[in-house]
Amino acid sequence: MRISSRSARKRRNVIVAVGAFMMLALLLLAVAANLTGLEISPAFAEETAAAASAEGESAYAPPPRLSAEDYPRVGNISSRAIVWLAAQLHLWFAAFVLAVPIFVFIIEAIGMYTRDERYDKMAYEFIKVSITAYSLTAILGGLLLFSLILFYPDLWGYLTTVFKDTMFYYALLFFAESAILYIYYYGWNWLQGDFRKWLHLTLGLMLNAVGTVLMFLANSWITFMMSPAGVDAAGVFSGDAWAAMHNHLWNPINIHRVVANVAFGGSIVGAYAAFKFLNATTPEEKAHYDWMGYNANFIAISALLPLPFAGYYLTAEIYAYSQQMGITLMGGVFAWLFIIQAVLIGSLFLSANYYLWCGMGRSDGAERYNKYVKWLALGIVGAFLVWFTPHTLVLTNAELKALGGPYHKILGPLGIMPAKNTAVNVMIVLTSLSFMYYRRSNKIATVSWVAIGNAAQIALFTAGLFNIFFLGIYHGYFTNTVYKVAASIPQVMTTLIIIVASMVLDRFIYRGAKEVAPLRWGRVPARAQYALFLLAVAFTWLMGLMGYIRSGIRQHWHVKDIMRDASVDAQTPTMGYAANMVSLGVIIFFVMVIFVFWLSQVSGKKSLAPGYWKAG
Amino acid sequence: MRNLAKTVFFSLLVILAFAGFANFVVPQLQPAAPPEDEVLDLSAMTMDQFVALGGRVVEGKGTCMLCHNEVGGRAPPLSETVAQIPVRLADARYEGSATDSASYLYESMLEPSAFVVAGFGKAGSGDTESPMPNVSGSSIGMSEAEILAVIAYLQDLGGEDISVEIPEDAGAAAEDEEEEDGEGREPFETVEEIIDEFTCGACHMVAGEEGDLGPNLNAIGGSRAHDYLRRAILDPNADIAEGFEADLMPDDYGEQMFASELEMLIDFLAGLQGEGSEP
Ligand code: HEC
Ligand code: HEC
Ligand code: HEM
Repeated sequence: MRISSRSARKRRNVIVAVGAFMMLALLLLAVAANLTGLEISPAFAEETAAAASAEGESAYAPPPRLSAEDYPRVGNISSRAIVWLAAQLHLWFAAFVLAVPIFVFIIEAIGMYTRDERYDKMAYEFIKVSITAYSLTAILGGLLLFSLILFYPDLWGYLTTVFKDTMFYYALLFFAESAILYIYYYGWNWLQGDFRKWLHLTLGLMLNAVGTVLMFLANSWITFMMSPAGVDAAGVFSGDAWAAMHNHLWNPINIHRVVANVAFGGSIVGAYAAFKFLNATTPEEKAHYDWMGYNANFIAISALLPLPFAGYYLTAEIYAYSQQMGITLMGGVFAWLFIIQAVLIGSLFLSANYYLWCGMGRSDGAERYNKYVKWLALGIVGAFLVWFTPHTLVLTNAELKALGGPYHKILGPLGIMPAKNTAVNVMIVLTSLSFMYYRRSNKIATVSWVAIGNAAQIALFTAGLFNIFFLGIYHGYFTNTVYKVAASIPQVMTTLIIIVASMVLDRFIYRGAKEVAPLRWGRVPARAQYALFLLAVAFTWLMGLMGYIRSGIRQHWHVKDIMRDASVDAQTPTMGYAANMVSLGVIIFFVMVIFVFWLSQVSGKKSLAPGYWKAG
Repeated sequence: MRNLAKTVFFSLLVILAFAGFANFVVPQLQPAAPPEDEVLDLSAMTMDQFVALGGRVVEGKGTCMLCHNEVGGRAPPLSETVAQIPVRLADARYEGSATDSASYLYESMLEPSAFVVAGFGKAGSGDTESPMPNVSGSSIGMSEAEILAVIAYLQDLGGEDISVEIPEDAGAAAEDEEEEDGEGREPFETVEEIIDEFTCGACHMVAGEEGDLGPNLNAIGGSRAHDYLRRAILDPNADIAEGFEADLMPDDYGEQMFASELEMLIDFLAGLQGEGSEP
């Protein structure tokens, strides 16, 4: 920052302090409002329960036992398909509109820190895309509600007895979210300049606080259906809304979703930038959208890297909640789902890396590194193949017979968990290496100890990879079952240490570095843009697939072990059917997304119609 | 426009590739159908058939093989269980109340944590908590007769003499259960059938019946609303009508009735405003 006079610096400090204080105060207020909200609700529920029993009534009914006739049907339409699509589309859009403000907030803050207006422009453009998507989210939410009430009235009725209070808060938060979002967006150009910019950033923070709580509430409903709490064995609600919300799988899903949403949101705005890039006519436009696509990809990968860990944590918690559910998830028929998941995640890693490698062409200095790229590619593909190797499949007897044996025929030993953990960690480490080459591509280090620094980097990566392999092989093949998973935590730690240490080290090596050749934004091949499309489509498809397994592991229950699904659709569908539903959903989603992109484009256009308006 | 067409085409191709992979590369296994209760006619069953019933439960409804299989190593194999029982009962850690093979098996299924085989406890519980669910609980939902059949099957599997008997009056009991259960039957069409079937008239004056253990319901709709009636039926002890005893009215109608029956019944009761008892 270039602050010239002392008084200007002083004034800035005051503003920073005031701004920080306001943000903190608002954050605390938001937290306090939520906490009291949560604490009030059980107390409030107790009061109503007490009031009810004073009148000689108890407050809650157990879920009814259903038969196929209790599910209204409309013609021959599959109710499950309708609710499935409505829920999934709502989830996609909601994930998008909740994720965008997270990174818009960060980008805006970066812009304020660096005083580089490009960041502010980009943040504004991102939020502009999400505004139209926001209305679509609400419409799809309404559609979901409508189809649930229409097709699954008893399930809806039961969920409302448990979640009446949280649904009320959900609605309130939704209004708050809308209000803040509109001020945030429409006030963007108005709230510029020292103090106002802080105010605007504070709004962004509030937007995120409200949005996150909003999502956590909705998450509690679906996790209640998987791991019910706050109800007795017959499903009679105790009146404690917090206990029902704070069920076993709530936090694991909260964490996995926040991270996955950011990655997903990044990939969608990446597709937006790619599309704009392909259609750009001037070099400036090309440069702008190239830069935007790069940042979107950066956001997507940064959130992608920790996702596997969040996923394994979620799995561990599912096992801890119910071993039956855990085995249903990872063994049996769903084991094959994780093969598909591996293909999708492999596509994500490969396309993100490919985009980075293409981007190295932006600087002539990158030629120095081109020779390493093929090795990186080879390593990532190799790791991907190991990950892709099927697990040992734990099956029911009937499934065993259908398959002809418990082990997949190929490569039994590579299918076990430690091998997969090793592969994931290798993939992540290699991706971070791609990033490092990319960052170095237009620079030459000038510090005197470059050689030592580079040797240290090489040593770091080699030792780290060696450690990851050693842990995987030792625990995977030379210890008994109980210790097999013991490798995963030290492996993850190694990976994290490599990433952080190599970044810090490079920062020092490249302090005051010379530019070999400037980064020429816009100089990137069109096929790199297709990598961004692949990223977005694969992410969307992956989300849909995981939605299927999340519901699928409840099997024939609406609410696991408490409310049975007696509809004609109670049986879990096959992978192929699910894949087709997901594909249909993805297609509808992208049609709507293209509509959103198009709207944000026309809103900036102005047609001149000479002679139309009467001369004033 | 050309770019739009190109990107749309590319995206469709990607979607098609994923869908194709999931449809044609991955084997299409049909996940198990929701378990259905078998109609049991135990009175006419031989021991062999009883053992076979146990086998079906173990492989199907009981979901036992999910954990008790050789591949996963998540639970001890059931084929060796019976041989191990003397060892279990002699174990210093054993504090359950079983004395022989049948009672040990029974206890293992209904109170899995009574004794946890070393190395198989829930992570972190130090083998005090079993990951196995109570098989009569709602996640598996086995009936008494099915549990006995599984014991017979396991004893047979282990080459031991079968020490359980086919439940005496279980023939009748199981059929009753089947009927009450709501699952083996179609929902009733009229209120009269419902009141008749669930014997409300044994205790209440309603629909022409003259029971007197519970309140007269012929004018109940005049003083009580839908919500109250629903609770009174699903959870009778929530509010006790004045002058009557608690714990008398069955509290499991919620499990026996279909939702449609319950609603019909409540509508009917709410419509009873007095005078003539028939609506
Ligand atoms: C969720 C996994 C799971 C399911 C499903 C399951 N079990 Fe178990 N079972 C276990 C585990 C783990 C143990 C060992 C720990 C213990 O002793 O409780 C066990 C122990 C047992 C034992 C005692 C074994 C011994 O050697 O002492 C018996 C008997 C048994 N199970 C029978 C059954 C039957 C019958 C079923 C199906 C109706 C069944 N289990 C379903 C996990 C399961
Ligand atoms: C074994 C006897 C018995 C049977 C069978 C029985 N009830 Fe009851 N019912 C009672 C008793 C005793 C009370 C009063 C105590 C109470 O409120 O729990 C009562 C209370 C009620 C009440 C609340 C009346 C009020 O004024 O508070 C309703 C409504 C009711 N029963 C409906 C039914 C229906 C409908 C059925 C058949 C599906 C039925 N009962 C079967 C014994 C019975
Ligand atoms: C690189 C690894 C992973 C990636 C990229 C990934 C990505 C995703 C994405 C995008 C979603 C949708 C999130 C949402 O609905 O908002 C999701 C959900 C889910 N994931 Fe993962 N995941 C990964 C690892 C795992 C693992 C290892 C598991 C467990 C075996 C797992 C289990 C689930 C489940 C059950 C859901 C559904 C939960 C929900 O709807 O929120 N994931 N994942």
